[in-house]
Order: sequence, then C-alpha cells, then structure tokens
Amino acid sequence: MNIQSWTLIFVGISFSVYLSIAWFSRVRDTKGFYVAGRGVPAIANGMATAADWMSAASYISMAGLISMMGYTGGVYLMGWTGGYVLLALLIAPYLRKFGHFTVPDFIGDRYNSNVARLVAVVCAIFVSFTYVAGQMRGVGVVFSRFLEVDVNVGVIIGMVIVFIYATLGGMKGITWTQVAQYWVLITAFLIPAIAISIKLTGHPIPQIGLGSTLEPEIAGTHGIALLEKLNQIQVDLGFDRYTDTFVGSWNKVNVFCVVLALMAGTAGLPHVIVRFYTVKSVKAARWSAFWALLFISMLYLTAPATAAFARYYMIQSLNGKTVEQLPDWFQNWEKTGLILWMDDGDGMVRYCAGVDNEIFRNGKLTTNDLIVINRSHQKWIDTGGTEGNDGRIVMRQKGLSGPDRDIIVLATPEMAELADWIIALVAAGGLAAALSTASGLLLVISASISHDLYYRVINPKATEKQRLLLGRTVIGFAVVVAGLLGIYPPGFVSQVVAFAFGLAAASFFPTIVLGIFNKRVGTVPAVCGMLVGIVFTAYYIITCVFFEMDPWTFGIFEIGINPQGIGTVGMLLNFVITLILTLFFRAPGKKVQNMVDLVREPEGVGPAIEIETAPEH
Amino acid sequence: MSKTIITQRQKGNKQGPNSDLHKSAVHASLIRYWRKNITFTIVLLSIWAAVGLGCGVLFADRLNHYKLPGTAFPLGFWFAHQGSIIVFVLLILAYCLLMNRLDTKHHNELEQLRKEGKI
Repeated sequence: MNIQSWTLIFVGISFSVYLSIAWFSRVRDTKGFYVAGRGVPAIANGMATAADWMSAASYISMAGLISMMGYTGGVYLMGWTGGYVLLALLIAPYLRKFGHFTVPDFIGDRYNSNVARLVAVVCAIFVSFTYVAGQMRGVGVVFSRFLEVDVNVGVIIGMVIVFIYATLGGMKGITWTQVAQYWVLITAFLIPAIAISIKLTGHPIPQIGLGSTLEPEIAGTHGIALLEKLNQIQVDLGFDRYTDTFVGSWNKVNVFCVVLALMAGTAGLPHVIVRFYTVKSVKAARWSAFWALLFISMLYLTAPATAAFARYYMIQSLNGKTVEQLPDWFQNWEKTGLILWMDDGDGMVRYCAGVDNEIFRNGKLTTNDLIVINRSHQKWIDTGGTEGNDGRIVMRQKGLSGPDRDIIVLATPEMAELADWIIALVAAGGLAAALSTASGLLLVISASISHDLYYRVINPKATEKQRLLLGRTVIGFAVVVAGLLGIYPPGFVSQVVAFAFGLAAASFFPTIVLGIFNKRVGTVPAVCGMLVGIVFTAYYIITCVFFEMDPWTFGIFEIGINPQGIGTVGMLLNFVITLILTLFFRAPGKKVQNMVDLVREPEGVGPAIEIETAPEH
Repeated sequence: MSKTIITQRQKGNKQGPNSDLHKSAVHASLIRYWRKNITFTIVLLSIWAAVGLGCGVLFADRLNHYKLPGTAFPLGFWFAHQGSIIVFVLLILAYCLLMNRLDTKHHNELEQLRKEGKI
C-alpha cells in the first residue's frame, strides 16, 4: 500500500471517530454548549486543553522554526509552556471559582463596566480570528500534499467536519473530540521522532537521543555527538552554530522580551482560559492545568529533538547531490513549492548561508512568478550568464533563501525513509492539531458574540432557547468565515500571529491578574490600562510589520525590540498605568469587593458557583 | 492552629454566634489562607523566573560553557530546549499538591468553627 492509501485510511478513521463523538455528546442547553455542563474530569480537560493549545503552528511549524533557529527557537518552547505556570498559579483556579462562561464575563463583572466587557469582547474575537486563519492554512497544506486534492477542497472538508461537531455538541462535543484528537496528534508526533532517534543515535527516547552520540555508520566516525556534528556542519556551511545563544538580531533583550510576551500572552489567550470553566471544581481546575502542561510537554520536549534530527537529515541528504541522487522526499515536496532548487550550473545541490546557496522556497510567489524566474534562470545558465537573470539573486533579494519551515515536521519521516504508514500518520496528526484548535477558537468567537455581546449587553432577557440557537448560528457563521480565510489567506496571516500574543499579553493578562490580586483597582484605571496596553502594542506591531518602521531601541538597547516581544512592554505599561491611576480613583464598591473575596476563596463561603444559582444567569 | 485563635474562639463562645469576634475568627482563617496562598505563589513564581528567564535566557550564554553531566547538551541550550519545560511541569504539580492540602486544612478549620456554632 502506498502513502496515499494509508493517509486515506488514517484520515477516514479519525474523522469518523470525531463525528461519532459529536453525535454522542450533543447538547440541549447553554451550559452544555459553552462550558460542557462543567462535568469534564480534570485529566480529560487537560488533554482537551493540550489539543486545543497545540495548533497547526505547534505541530507543523514549531519544530521547523527551531530547526532553522537552533537555541533561539527555544523562545517558542519556553514561551508557550512557561505561560501555563502563570495560568495555573495566577488565573485558572480563580476564574473557575468565579464560574461564568467567558473571559469578558469576568472582566465585565469584576470592573462592573460594559466598556471593559466590550473591549474584552473585541480583543477575544480579534485574537481568535487571527489564530483560526492559520489553522485553516494548515489543513490546506496537509490535504494538498498527502491526498493530492486541491487546497480549497481540503479546507472545505475540514470546515464541514468542524461545523458538524461544533454546532451539535458545543463545548461538550469539542472537548471530547479534542481528547481523541490529542491522542491522534501525539502518537503521530512521537512515533516518527522515536523511529528517527533510534536510526540516528540508537536511543529510543528522542530527548536523550538529542544529547547522545551519532551511530558510527551514519556519522562515519566513532563517538561524535549529534549536537557537536550539527554545530560543525552549520559552521562549514556558514550558518551560526546550532547551540549558540544570542546570534544576529536575537540579542539577550529580544529573546527575553519575546519569551515573556509569549508567556503572558499564553496565560491571557481566551480559548485556553475558557477550558478551565469546564471542570467541576477549583481543585479540578488546578489539576487540569497540571495535566494540560504535562500532555503539552510530551510534544514540546520532543519537538527540539525532531528539529535537530531534521536539520541534520536536511543538510546531509541534499548537499553535494546531483539530480539523479536527489532523494524522493525532495521531489515530492518540490511540487508544493515549499522547497526549490536553483542550480548554479554545476549540477550539484549546495545548501548554505552564503551567496552560492541554491535552496529556496516559493513563499508568496504565484506559480506564474516562479515560472518566469525559472525560465530566466535557465536562460542564464544556458547562455553562461550573458542573458537572463540569476534566479538565486532574485530569490535571495525576495528573502526566500532556504526551505519553508513547514516541511520540517511533514517531510522528516520521508527524509529518514520511515515506513509509509508512519508518514501517513503524520498527516492525520497535522489535521487533528489544526481541527482541534480551530474548534476551540470558533467556540470563543461564538461565545463572545452570542453570550457576551447579545445576552449580557444587548438583550439580557433572551431565553435559554434563543441563546442556544444564536450560539449555534454564530458558530456556523464563524466556521464559514474561517473557511474563507483558509481559501483566500490574507497575506499578513503569519505576521499577525505576533498580534494575538501581544494583545493577549498587553490586555487580558494584567487586567485579569490585577482584578484577582488587587481589590483596590477600579473601573477607570483598569479600562485605561487595558486601552493603553492595546493601543501601544497594536501601534508598534502595525507600524513595524506593515509600514517598515525601525524597531525602537528605547534609547537603552543595542537592537530594537522585535514586534513579537513588544507585548512585554505593552503588559508593563498596562500594569504601571493601572496601578498609578488606582491611587487617584476610589476603590470599587462593596459588591465587587465581595466578588473578589469569593473568587479568592475555594471553600468556606461556598463551593464554586453553579451557573443556575449565579444571580445573573 | 495557633493559640490566639483558640482563645479568640473561647471568648467568642461566651459572647454568642453573632458578635464581631466570631466573624473575626472566620476572617482570620480566610486571611491566613490567602497569605499562605500568596507565599506559595511567590515562591513558585520565583523558581519559574529563575529557571525559565534566568537559566534559559539571561545566563544561557554563560551556562553554555558547561555540559549537562553525562550528555552532549550545552547547559544553557538544554535549559532553553528541555530543562525549563520539565521544571514548569513540576512547578504546577507542586502548586496543585500544596494548594489542595491547604484547601483541606482551611476546610477543616471552617468545619470546626461551624461545629462550634460560629458561622
């Protein structure tokens, strides 16, 4: 059987599992729809949170990023896991005790203000849509490579599946599907990593293999460590050493800011926070934060190993090869444009950091652009440089040197010549990662509009039935919008992911933490702090990314702050402004003070609030 | 449970369930609970910062001169790619165990007060 039939089998089985789960967990009330009836056990919620969190970006792109960045890739590893410590210690148990449906619910009630609620709703929707667009692209990439269908058809299939289980089961359906998706994606990630680790280092645990010596028949010599060999190869080709810290524009300040912004952003992302509303008690909320990070760490501890293995294979299987010697994986992936070869006329591949690099990616170029560049390049070779243009210079000027990072995870099993069924499993895993995150985000969008905006602000008298119907309608509508974003990806999607984290770090995180830990903070300081944080962060990212402003050095740093790290500054601004203004404004009223007391206290004053008995519901 | 609380309680019993002192016994228990919680949080977050931001970033270049014993990992690189994540998981585990124990203790304290008719 070939890869394609295996892929069809795995994708078919996993999709039917998702749909059957959806049917068995369909819901009839808003409590089930938004928070899964609060009946999810901590360990299941941990798995669902892990699947919710690990998106197509974590699954497909992260190992690729690390592979290209070496040590610096650790910003994503530390940022996206360290945030869970903040979440578990500062946010999750308290918000569970508060016990409503959404993050804007908490901000609106704690600061007793519909302005604060609306700001939170807008942020939640923006953050979620930014994210969802990336997921849909992931679905498209997987489908087009492994099943050789059109990208758009792939997106539509994915949309239909999400549409069915999200509208039918709401949070309940999504939660149990995510549990299944976690197992699919983690198995699909671990099996190839283990297989490659054994092949390269003889050690079955990738995390240990990463720090071990290479097998003699692969390295050619005895007792050379994988990382050492990788450093050598990198230096030979003009790249920075793989394990070296603080290279290029990634100086200490930038690495620090990006890590902190990703951490605070993670702790403030609404689709992650709402998962802690679905468990039975405060105790279960704490445990599910632990389970979540434990399950996440399975992938995050393996990704750096996959990254280094892939880097090694990528360079070794390409450099110095002629057309006849090129491996199959290269030919398979060349079709997708994620990796391209432009020869300098000597018929041998050279992948390096210098001007004679011959490996590129298509980036945002259309097929026609590429044909034009390739023809001109061929002419340049045929005429010995008198006519046509050197395609390598054209590509380098467009910033398209090196392969696309997305192929690292998807192509590594092929590079290592693993069995067909393992390669197919990776495809099913990529789909599970993308779909699980997309569904969690869609629910946040639906809840923001139908619960926070419609029920809490516009029509508080809406009946249970109306609210459920609206929730389903909005989620259906959001699925269609997300699908369109996947089919017609706006050019800026990858750049605005920094936005999602920056905004969450500068808006939600400080405002929620102060709301719990400082009773004095009232409406005006909180809203001002949140707005300043958002406006500053948004301004900086937009001008840097879209108007090519030079990053600011604030007069003290050698290199300007990377837009990905500006959330750290936005967060500090929010904290400082809120706390200073608090000195000049009155403390909130008795009702809010009591609410904070209640949130801080898991026992005594009563168990976690049940939605039915909460006054506003 | 500290002696002062017990004496407060005994005084409280004489004065009947609605006096301020009864409330203050509950109040004191709540304050103790919250202070303990804050202490745990600060200690654990200090470790979080020291490992994640300290070993993984601020001192990574210096730590890279050393190897993780028995492996080929430069230490700073290892903290950034592996060690910090392992520590993060353990920190949340520690928080769960500490807080759930504190919750139980606090619950028992309040039960005690309840039995004595103070709530």
